[in-house]
Amino acid sequence: MSVLKIQDLHVEVEGKEVIKGISLEVKSGEIHALMGPNGSGKTSLSLAIMGHPKYKITKGRITLDGEDITNLETDEKVKRGLFLAFQNPVEISGVKLSTLLVAELNRVRGSSDSVMQMFQTIREYAKTVGVSETLLNRGVFEGFSGGEKKRTEILQMLILRPKFAILDEPDSGVDVDGLRVISEIVNKLKKEINTGYLIITHYRRILDYLNADKVHVLYKGKIVSSGDMSLARLIDEKGYESVIKN
Amino acid sequence: MPEEKLSLDINEILNASIDAKYEKLDEKEFHRRIVSSGLSRSTIEEISKLKKEPEWMLRLRLKSLELFEKLPTPNWLPDFLGSLDVSSLELYVKPGIEKTNNWDEIPKEIREYYDKLGIPESEKKYLGGLVAVLESEPIYSNVKEELKKKGVVMMPPEEAVQKYPDVIKEYFMKIFPASDHKFAALHGALWSGGVFVYVPRGVRITTPVEGFFVIGSEMEGQFEHTLVVADEGSYIHFIEGCSAPQFKKFSFHDGMVELYAKKDAHIKFTTVQNWSKNVINFNNKRAWADENANIEWVEGSLGSKYSFVYPSTILRGRNATSTSLVVTMASGEGEWKDSGSKMIHAAPNTRSKVVNKNIGFNGGVNIYRGLIRVNKGATGAKAYVKCDSLMLDEKTKAYTFPHNQVFEDDADVAHEAHTFRMSEDQLFYLMNRGINEKEATSMLVLGFIDEIMKELPFEYATMLNKIIKLELEKLGAVA
Ligand SMILES: Nc1ncnc2c1ncn2[C@@H]1O[C@H](COP(=O)(O)OP(=O)(O)O)[C@@H](O)[C@H]1O
Ligand SMILES: [Mg+2]
Repeated sequence: MSVLKIQDLHVEVEGKEVIKGISLEVKSGEIHALMGPNGSGKTSLSLAIMGHPKYKITKGRITLDGEDITNLETDEKVKRGLFLAFQNPVEISGVKLSTLLVAELNRVRGSSDSVMQMFQTIREYAKTVGVSETLLNRGVFEGFSGGEKKRTEILQMLILRPKFAILDEPDSGVDVDGLRVISEIVNKLKKEINTGYLIITHYRRILDYLNADKVHVLYKGKIVSSGDMSLARLIDEKGYESVIKN
Repeated sequence: MPEEKLSLDINEILNASIDAKYEKLDEKEFHRRIVSSGLSRSTIEEISKLKKEPEWMLRLRLKSLELFEKLPTPNWLPDFLGSLDVSSLELYVKPGIEKTNNWDEIPKEIREYYDKLGIPESEKKYLGGLVAVLESEPIYSNVKEELKKKGVVMMPPEEAVQKYPDVIKEYFMKIFPASDHKFAALHGALWSGGVFVYVPRGVRITTPVEGFFVIGSEMEGQFEHTLVVADEGSYIHFIEGCSAPQFKKFSFHDGMVELYAKKDAHIKFTTVQNWSKNVINFNNKRAWADENANIEWVEGSLGSKYSFVYPSTILRGRNATSTSLVVTMASGEGEWKDSGSKMIHAAPNTRSKVVNKNIGFNGGVNIYRGLIRVNKGATGAKAYVKCDSLMLDEKTKAYTFPHNQVFEDDADVAHEAHTFRMSEDQLFYLMNRGINEKEATSMLVLGFIDEIMKELPFEYATMLNKIIKLELEKLGAVA
């Protein structure tokens, strides 16, 4: 059983405070949903947790099983089991997707298989999330559709098998089949290795699929409301206004 | 065995050349300074005698010397070359061993250096022939039996001067005459070592052949000459490898490459240049392509401190084509990589493509000076130039000076130039996938030059990979 704890986190980007004191605690096997209107700071929070140089943590800390990991290098955080699926992953045209995935298997998972075997493993994983051979042979996210990007992010979660995963809008722009595949992978890792999740979304649908344990609403850099699935249902029916007024 | 040495004060030569550039010297004074630097008629005569050259070659050398003294210093020559401390340079260094075709006859210490570079190994595995030049002289030359049977000739040019004087007379410094610029003339006067290859009509060599050049001591000048003649319908892939251990003082390299592709012939010329950081590298590379012929230049110019490389093709026959793919890397304070391909369209329906990629960090400077020229009469010409710069930090600079001279209305000349700064977001993304900063950086750098790496034989791509990764190790914290 692991715990990822965020304590009184403050984040500044371009000199402006966008996260104004957030505390959250996610345990292994839990699914937390993070909702909130556009621009409220959900993406900033996830980038700051992973250590993006532009998103500066000015106060507060992040611990993993009691160890302070606030200032660890990003790749170190990943090696300790953190994972972020990006809302808008950047295109890296020079690096082939399959090359990247092999590097992940090799560096993070410590696979000692031959490169040929690793390619085979990757092909199989890719098939389960519906990432085609053509995409594997392209530059990372080069000319990918929105849905293909999301599937590719989930594919990497499947390869990296994290202890804790932050998924930033994994369901935006994804077709119904994609949504099902993504939910299945989330559940699979939860079952197999007890992964804990922080899932950022605007839609109740994925949370129904996953049966989220907790729902938080972020507004103007602060958590203004926390509850169970009934909170997500309320937002779905009445909009954000109903929960952020007071 | 006597160890022959002749020396030259290259500093004096560079300084005098720079002064001449600003007309601070009259011809007489320039001549005096050049002679006192050690470059005189008698030096040239001495070299020619050591090589037992025929009269006509000595005349070519002396004519080149004359031109060297007369020609203006090229305006692209940066002034700081004049302030280097290159001082007295071993102009002609004869390694204390005789040429052989058997690695076992090469002294152990020297053999070990080549072993470390993997040269004998790669010869065994996939080369059709190899000439290894140490300092000013070839020490090893061997061509696979099946190529010899087909009539392929591969030997040091000195030997070719004796055995094939007619061919050498016809081609030697014809496409790259000494009159071209000052350092071409210097090369003509002082050339020593190199490779001559002749591929007979219709012979297609499937395994590449290699010329490997090592500067073995500091304060050395290397002036090797590579001449490839591919007869009608033939094919050859020539690989040029360059290496030098790290010295304390500068060495000077002023080599020349001439390629002649006859009708329907195809020459691919690959260079992996990894001179140590105290080599000043001038490389004079030029090719001509007859009707329907194809010239491919692939160059990874990674080493040396100052490098001037402009692979050029004269498309002189109808339907001739040429591509030039060049990677340069300037990875240190004061490093200066000057490159640029030149394509001269001199016949109808000729096509050319240039891809130049430069990588800079730690304050290095990359400069591109390319030329596309379409002559009157060269109708239906097509040229495409892409010039990309990747800068890994703020201290680093890249300049692009493309030139087009187009004298036919229907010419299709396209030019693209892009400057990339390594993006923080890309680096962050890769680090989010468990890849550390250094490795992520090299993934991005290697991705940037992927287009050119694909053209290299596997072994050389791997080698280039390694060199780049080693260089990136020196990279300070990235932005
Ligand atoms: N790189 C950035 N530069 C400037 N402002 C930013 C940057 N990233 C986020 N912001 C600002 O921070 C606030 C929160 O944005 P974001 O975290 O993307 O919100 P959400 O993901 O909840 O839609 C917004 O006002 C946004 O404009
Ligand atoms: Mg967002």
